[in-house]
Amino acid sequence: MSDTALDPFADNPKKRTALVQGGLNFGQVTEKVCNVIEGKFGRVWWMCLGVSLSMLGLLGISIGYLIWEGVGIWGVNNPVGWGWAIVNFVFWVGIGHAGTLISAILFLLRQNWRTGVNRFAEAMTLMAVACAGIFPGIHIGRVWAAYWMFPLPNQMGLWPNFRSPLLWDMFAVSTYATVSLLFWYVGLIPDLATARDRATSKIRKIVYGIFSLGWTGANRHWQSYERAYATLAALATPLVLSVHTIVSFDFAVANLPGWHTTIFPPYFVAGAVFSGFAMVISLLVPIRKIFGLEEIITMRHLENMNKIILATGTMVGYAYGMEFFIAWYSGVELETFAFVNRAFGSPFGWAYWIMVACNVITPQLFWFKKIRTSITMMFILSIFVNIGMWFERFVITMTLHRDFMPSSWAEYHPTFWDVSTFIGSWGLFLTLLLLFIRFVPMIAIAEVKIVMPESDPHHGEEH
Amino acid sequence: MAHEKVKKVVEEKPYGIVGQYSTPKDVYHAAENFRDAGFKNFEVYTPFPIHGMDQAMGIKPTKLPWIILLCGITGLTIGICLSTWASSETWLFGIEGGYKMIISGKPDGFDGIYEFIPVIFETTILLSAFGAVFGMIALNGLPKLYNPLFKHDPFVKVTDDGFFIAVECKDPLYDDKKVKEIFEKSGGTNVTEITD
Repeated sequence: MSDTALDPFADNPKKRTALVQGGLNFGQVTEKVCNVIEGKFGRVWWMCLGVSLSMLGLLGISIGYLIWEGVGIWGVNNPVGWGWAIVNFVFWVGIGHAGTLISAILFLLRQNWRTGVNRFAEAMTLMAVACAGIFPGIHIGRVWAAYWMFPLPNQMGLWPNFRSPLLWDMFAVSTYATVSLLFWYVGLIPDLATARDRATSKIRKIVYGIFSLGWTGANRHWQSYERAYATLAALATPLVLSVHTIVSFDFAVANLPGWHTTIFPPYFVAGAVFSGFAMVISLLVPIRKIFGLEEIITMRHLENMNKIILATGTMVGYAYGMEFFIAWYSGVELETFAFVNRAFGSPFGWAYWIMVACNVITPQLFWFKKIRTSITMMFILSIFVNIGMWFERFVITMTLHRDFMPSSWAEYHPTFWDVSTFIGSWGLFLTLLLLFIRFVPMIAIAEVKIVMPESDPHHGEEH
Repeated sequence: MAHEKVKKVVEEKPYGIVGQYSTPKDVYHAAENFRDAGFKNFEVYTPFPIHGMDQAMGIKPTKLPWIILLCGITGLTIGICLSTWASSETWLFGIEGGYKMIISGKPDGFDGIYEFIPVIFETTILLSAFGAVFGMIALNGLPKLYNPLFKHDPFVKVTDDGFFIAVECKDPLYDDKKVKEIFEKSGGTNVTEITD
């Protein structure tokens, strides 16, 4: 297309690369996006759903057995009291952060290209938070007492400890899940109305009709709607930063060498955004191809996201280096040991080097425009980042295995049930993803139309 | 047909006149025409918000920010009260507190408020977000699953690429000839009278 050849950074917005390419008009944008949810889904979709439902079943079995038998079925021991459950929890919460970054922070920064990918990324946030939410609930051992995490008194009138990072986490993650859901739904209302107005079957008309609340696109409605949307973006921005900050407090507030550092909150937030964008790339690259959405999710969108991966990946690399430096500079023997052991002494040294290779070296390749704009390369690199970010949390958690007393050191081996629970959480993620693609417009139709030059009422007029 | 019978029984009130435009530019200028003619009870329906339409229609800004502020303050208060009360022996005004827990000798109640900031922050954000979403829905009078405009067949385009203006009969200046004239002048198509 000739419009891809234009400069995406020209000072004059009219000369920038168009966000919607291929000369689509409003009607064709609606058509492109709605075709995905209105068309017939072939055998491939059903096969994918079958696989992910089986994985979801595995999650059910794993949790069922966990409740029946207890956390002893996992590889956790003393001193490694936190195993894969916390690793997976932090991994999934982190994935979610890209969605909120795209929907809220890029909105406040007036990054118009976000409209092509925000719906999908927000949906990914919700699915990832759903997966994350499982782990704190099940890792406590006595699942039936999970409500003790809520701010409720027990039978002796004893309230939970409001100074505990775990209680903060409970507030942060549940607020995050709720606000993300509301934000996503508010964005969806006009598009569900589109699905309602295009529906041919009665069931679709009723279901989309109910969820779109009778939306008509009245300007007085748009007025409050836009204000609500902007305010939600402004609320979600500090919220998303607070969530991973508080997740990092789970570690940083503990008096443990290797965890008790002030760099944790910014480092966790950068890592979360890094992993989330990598996941968006991993998912969107095949999806835009399968559903022919290349004109709406363009190379410009993908390249911008790769740049964010590069920026946040560099922050993460800096944090790794700074942690090491401070461990040495502090002169605290235990702190120095924790880091040297992580990289060179521990039997988990290989995990540390996987983490460094995937999170520090991989994103640096995105300095090259050729790699940044190559579909194959960005897909492969994003998978590496996902792997690396899982290992980052594993490495941090495994700091536990050699604590203050060499006599209490122990190894850690994940069991079958650790692995099956993690695979199962992927089942939940993929099942929700497949249902989302099938039933919900995965591109924010109304928002994409706003960034098309034709939407300006003064389009074509000379100023 | 049963449907026909029902139609006869229910008396149909006139609702107003609706007209269609094909571009944001046309509907924008048409809205200006209606505003300048002095109409108040007219509404512009578009597939996406159009920049500057509020001025073109001459409507006031939304009250939503005040609702959100109110909800945010409520959330802030709930967060402060919950965390300080639950962790103190005697709360404000001598009210009996929740349960005083001394952990690492850290202060409780209002003295320990720094440690409660995460909780207070989250409740503030949560209630503000509720205010924004439910306030928006309430101000817009949603959910409203029935709307006389839905009976107008071309109106399905409103969520796709159609731009509409509807003038309601309750407007004091309403006069079908005059309304139709403005529609025609501004290039409106499918100009139709709608009943409720």
